[in-house]
Amino acid sequence: MNKTLFDKVWDSHVVRKIEGGPDVLFIDRHLIHEVTSPVAFLGLKNRGINVLYPERTFATADHNTPTIDQHLPVADPLSANQLRALEENASNYGIRHWGLGHHKNGIVHVIGPENGITQPGATIVCGDSHTSTHGAFGAIAFGIGTSEVEMVLASQCIMQPKPKKMRINVTGSLSKGVTPKDVALFIISQLTTSGATGYFVEYAGEVFEKMSMEGRMTVCNLSIEMGARGGMIAPDETTFNYIKDREFTPKGEAWDKAMTYWQTLKTDADATFDKEFTFDGSSIEPMITYGTNPGMGMAISNHIPDASAVQGGVATYEKSLGYMGFHEGESMIGKKVDYVFVGSCTNGRIEDFRAFASLIKGKKKADDVTVWLVPGSHIVEEQIKKEGILDILNEAGFTLRQPGCSACLAMNDDKVPAGKYAVSTSNRNFEGRQGPGARTMLASPLVAAAAAVTGVVTDPRTLI
Amino acid sequence: MAYDKFTILQSTIVPLPIENVDTDQIIPARFLKATERVGFGDNLFRDWRYNSDNTPKADFVLNNPIYNGKILVGGKNFGSGSSREHAAWAVYDYGFRCVVSSFFADIFKNNCLNIGVLPVQVSPEFLENIFSAVFTDPDVKLEVNLPAQTITLLSTGDQEEFDISPYKKDNLSNGFDDIDYLQNIKGEIKEFASTLPF
Repeated sequence: MNKTLFDKVWDSHVVRKIEGGPDVLFIDRHLIHEVTSPVAFLGLKNRGINVLYPERTFATADHNTPTIDQHLPVADPLSANQLRALEENASNYGIRHWGLGHHKNGIVHVIGPENGITQPGATIVCGDSHTSTHGAFGAIAFGIGTSEVEMVLASQCIMQPKPKKMRINVTGSLSKGVTPKDVALFIISQLTTSGATGYFVEYAGEVFEKMSMEGRMTVCNLSIEMGARGGMIAPDETTFNYIKDREFTPKGEAWDKAMTYWQTLKTDADATFDKEFTFDGSSIEPMITYGTNPGMGMAISNHIPDASAVQGGVATYEKSLGYMGFHEGESMIGKKVDYVFVGSCTNGRIEDFRAFASLIKGKKKADDVTVWLVPGSHIVEEQIKKEGILDILNEAGFTLRQPGCSACLAMNDDKVPAGKYAVSTSNRNFEGRQGPGARTMLASPLVAAAAAVTGVVTDPRTLI
Repeated sequence: MAYDKFTILQSTIVPLPIENVDTDQIIPARFLKATERVGFGDNLFRDWRYNSDNTPKADFVLNNPIYNGKILVGGKNFGSGSSREHAAWAVYDYGFRCVVSSFFADIFKNNCLNIGVLPVQVSPEFLENIFSAVFTDPDVKLEVNLPAQTITLLSTGDQEEFDISPYKKDNLSNGFDDIDYLQNIKGEIKEFASTLPF
């Protein structure tokens, strides 16, 4: 045996290999949402095709939903129409639908794992690039386009060539104040925003072995931000303990049988990768981005690099800093923050709110900062209340919004105004991502918390 | 969805020499609310193309009348970010049939191939040649020959070969898509599904 974890899962799902072409890959679980599915359903209708295995598809509304007053009709007619289309399509084809207001509703990459839809060894796709999140469980999970959503609905298969394989090892242990988000932003800063394009990544090493499932999801989620198709981590006791007894995980004898298989899901000692990197976890510091792609990140205590020190064209680099209103050689510490956003499929899980609360406890929200705290799902929201985190937030002057993708991509009303600065726990700092003209600095929930109580970019290690 | 067959395309070009052009720039998220595939070309590069009062930004290439054509030439790592196929639809709907770059993001490239836009990856040197040629003379043409898998700068005769899988080449040449293929092997897929442990 000389197979990687990725080989084992991919190869076991190949229906047919096409000579000089892609593999026909069987998809175990398909997640859909309101934005990238309607045209796929329209395609099915126009071709007169039915959904082959409706029980393998799960629908939720998340991208285009309000995060306040969800009990009221959605005000934006286009958004309301898209939500209605999802509901109707799901109903017409017999697909399970957790729409707005449903107690299991939430961000697609949060609800998959928390309901046990996400399982080791599975192939999982969704019309959303952050589908890579589910790789945290030892699944092959990646984002697809709408044409492929239609393919999966029609045939439960997609057609793609097998990607190359990369392993990223992070050894040792993390320092105080350093979170999984920092690990991911650090890796992306080293590889650049396109450094893993064409590859599927396996994360290995002590840092990931010791990481919680929530942390692993954050890391795998961000794989796409260095261009990787996806990222995955071999399942272990942490994984099995997380998924046991969730709604869609196997029970009883079926669980035992599954466990026997899942325990084989690790890279063989003699397997090889097309590319391999190793980093020392203890050298990673809290990170923040200063530019307009997630690869433009640095340790929060550093200075913005000179154009000559970064890969890529000088003109592109200068355009990026110009958009942000930053300059080469500047420190980020002390820069004014207008908005703080905690949420998204990257950092909208219970552990992220625990981290945020741990830092702000006993402090007060800075007066001139708008803070949006958006849980990834109703289940996360309930947990926040159950653990007493909401009380801590409220005492410090924060409120909690309702679940959804929110300001991560600003499809709803949660938009950062032009020219304003946001510290965001989400995944993309592209121009206009959080609203036309908005300036995004990506960071961990701890860095977000430090900004929320000081109103400026602050090293969280000075407050914990 | 059926699309035009692609064989040989000769066209003037629209240059966009910026690296890491992400799909949020190609089509911002607030324009993803449609339930049909119509009108996305109007919002292609919306925030680079228009001011907040919807007046055109004079310095953006799509607003410069001297540049037009069916081939968009972009900087390295074109199409990074979101999986939104709307980005490829916007490119197609605007009138482009081919995107040339020295490097493409995976999902965008795949989406293009699935809807009939040909992504052509060239060497960084060839990309520079195209940019310098078009900035010297905006009327220069490229020829993209899918059967021969070549791209030629017609003003100089500079030529490179490009890669595409025989399967995708066949699809684009005939206007087929993957669903046509998958529908034909449904029996095999069902049989495969019945052998899965879970």
